[in-house]
Amino acid sequence: MPTENPPTPPPATADPTVSQPAQPYVLRLYVTGVTPRSTHAIANIKTICEEHLQGRYRLEVIDLYQQPQLAHGEQIVAAPTLIKELPLPLRRIIGDLSSTERVLVGLDLRKGG
Amino acid sequence: MDPLRQQLPKTPTGIDGLDEITSGGLPTGRPTLICGDAGCGKTLMAMEFLVRGATRFNEPGVFMAFEETSEELTQNVASLGFDLKALSAQGQLALDFVYLEPSEIEETGEFDLGGLFVRLGYAIDSIGAKRVVLDTIETLFAGLPNPMILRAELRRLFRWLKDKGVTAIITGERGEGQLTRQGLEEYVSDCVIVLDHRPVNLISTRRLRVVKYRGSTHGTNEYPFLIDEDGISVLPITSLGLDHHVSTERVSSGIPRLDAMLAGAGFYRGTSVLVSGTAGTGKSSLAGHFAAAACARGERVLYFAFEESPNQVVRNMGSIGIDLGRWVAQCLLQFQAVRPTFAGLELHLTTMHKAIDRFKPHIVVVDPLNSFISAGNETEVKAMLIRLVDYLKMNEITGFFTSLTTGGSALDHTDAAISSLIDTWLLLIAVEGGGERNRALSILKSRGMAHSNQTREFLITDQGVEVCDVYAGPGGVLTGSARLAQEARERADDVVRRQDIERQQRELERKRATLEAQIAALRLDFAAQEADALALIEREQARESQLAQERMDMAWSRKADVASDTEGPQ
Repeated sequence: MPTENPPTPPPATADPTVSQPAQPYVLRLYVTGVTPRSTHAIANIKTICEEHLQGRYRLEVIDLYQQPQLAHGEQIVAAPTLIKELPLPLRRIIGDLSSTERVLVGLDLRKGG
Repeated sequence: MDPLRQQLPKTPTGIDGLDEITSGGLPTGRPTLICGDAGCGKTLMAMEFLVRGATRFNEPGVFMAFEETSEELTQNVASLGFDLKALSAQGQLALDFVYLEPSEIEETGEFDLGGLFVRLGYAIDSIGAKRVVLDTIETLFAGLPNPMILRAELRRLFRWLKDKGVTAIITGERGEGQLTRQGLEEYVSDCVIVLDHRPVNLISTRRLRVVKYRGSTHGTNEYPFLIDEDGISVLPITSLGLDHHVSTERVSSGIPRLDAMLAGAGFYRGTSVLVSGTAGTGKSSLAGHFAAAACARGERVLYFAFEESPNQVVRNMGSIGIDLGRWVAQCLLQFQAVRPTFAGLELHLTTMHKAIDRFKPHIVVVDPLNSFISAGNETEVKAMLIRLVDYLKMNEITGFFTSLTTGGSALDHTDAAISSLIDTWLLLIAVEGGGERNRALSILKSRGMAHSNQTREFLITDQGVEVCDVYAGPGGVLTGSARLAQEARERADDVVRRQDIERQQRELERKRATLEAQIAALRLDFAAQEADALALIEREQARESQLAQERMDMAWSRKADVASDTEGPQ
């Protein structure tokens, strides 16, 4: 859905799909070891970020096997889990991120599915 | 040891009674499913398993909560005396609240529960846990999409738990037509325990049943359980057998004449005594006597009063000269007064058990027994009483029960049909007649002694109960003033009879005297006649010899021949 005139136009990068403009994205991807699913997820998120959030995202990939104590603090249940910490609201995107559309919805880069 | 006989290794839960039912505890290193409706005590049972493990068996545990936060849990179980904070600080317990908010979650492809595994694994390793609780894991189905994946992952999780060698409890909500909503019983098949909480006649009772225990024997019944300030207690009492120790010691009933009726010594210790009778026949008074006598011997008595308050019992007993208050003050007598409708039968039984365990009495009085009828149906009451009686016998506690016979029913009928459980049965009856009701007592049965077969009158006086003989004569069995009147009448009759005899004796005497006088007169008469007769005979004889002499003299004078015939030659 294309955007209309935003009320207070921010310094625009005219990406038509971005509903909320140029906010830095803080993303963390939690994986469990080097499994095909983990590798997939990492590749997928990197592609998506490069395509849609180029230059304004920070992605951290964390292997829970290396830092298991983080699973409790971050309330991780499923793996892989991508947490969109910023911009709010917090979102948990689970799965291998192969469904790009849904990842974009989850990242609030596209309105609901 | 014979490998065939070797039992599955078990982990004691430390929950009262549950280890008896499962003959040792839950299967070590395997998951156990506890399922039941909301509010039936799943979480508490699981938590007690961990807390007991940590405090009694030195087995740390991990509690993974899906429904309550750690703070909520800590507060909720504090009322049971579990201090989760302290246990966590000691490294005996790890709490992990798994937060799932479906609105935050977006599924974008295949996933697994790797995060959960890592968390659990980390928690287990960090405290060296031997026990794990997952409460309630089915929440995952509400929080995460794709049930297919979840099922596969749960299967993997339970296998993983087994590999870890931890003894786990998985809780699950009761589902329709199956034990849990998501059919967890398919995955956790080693041991399944179902908790239940259902009201019968408005009274609710918690129950537990071991549905399945692979590789082990277990009690199969529904066992009631209780949650109170000491945690959970399950009552596996139907497993009690009939092999309890039997005592030959006798305990006095507190009434000498009644002891005399009971082969001179009273009841056997550890038997069950039932006193049944219609209203107002003095059942409680007998109980009071028995209790007071036991206290006077220095024994402890636990008195369950279901219809009167302790103060009322003490006052009423005081009015017949039995001072129970003294024994209460000396802690030899303890009252437990509660309305039967206050709780379900099982709860009553459990509270009674707990009270008995705590007080360790020599004698337990239940007054009255059949008030339980209002709390359950007859079969259940009987089942409960069997368990109570068995429990008392096993502990060699003398049970003294009273039972109210309702008007119109047979006197030897008890509501709960428990007569077969009873060793000594005293029957109190009200005998009505002559404008009064009197009490009579008889022994219907008393196992193992040659008891009296007599009915005795039973008086309640200011000095307590008195047992005395009834009037049993041609006029029937009489009690009370009828007995007194009859006795007076008999005494009067007695006097009359005695006078009668005396009179007859006097008459006889007189007759004898008359007769003897007559005999004497006749004798005199006879003697006179005899003398006359003798004199006559003598005279006659003399005359005859005179005549013979004269004849001879005459013959001599006529010189007659030798006498021809009659006379000899003299």
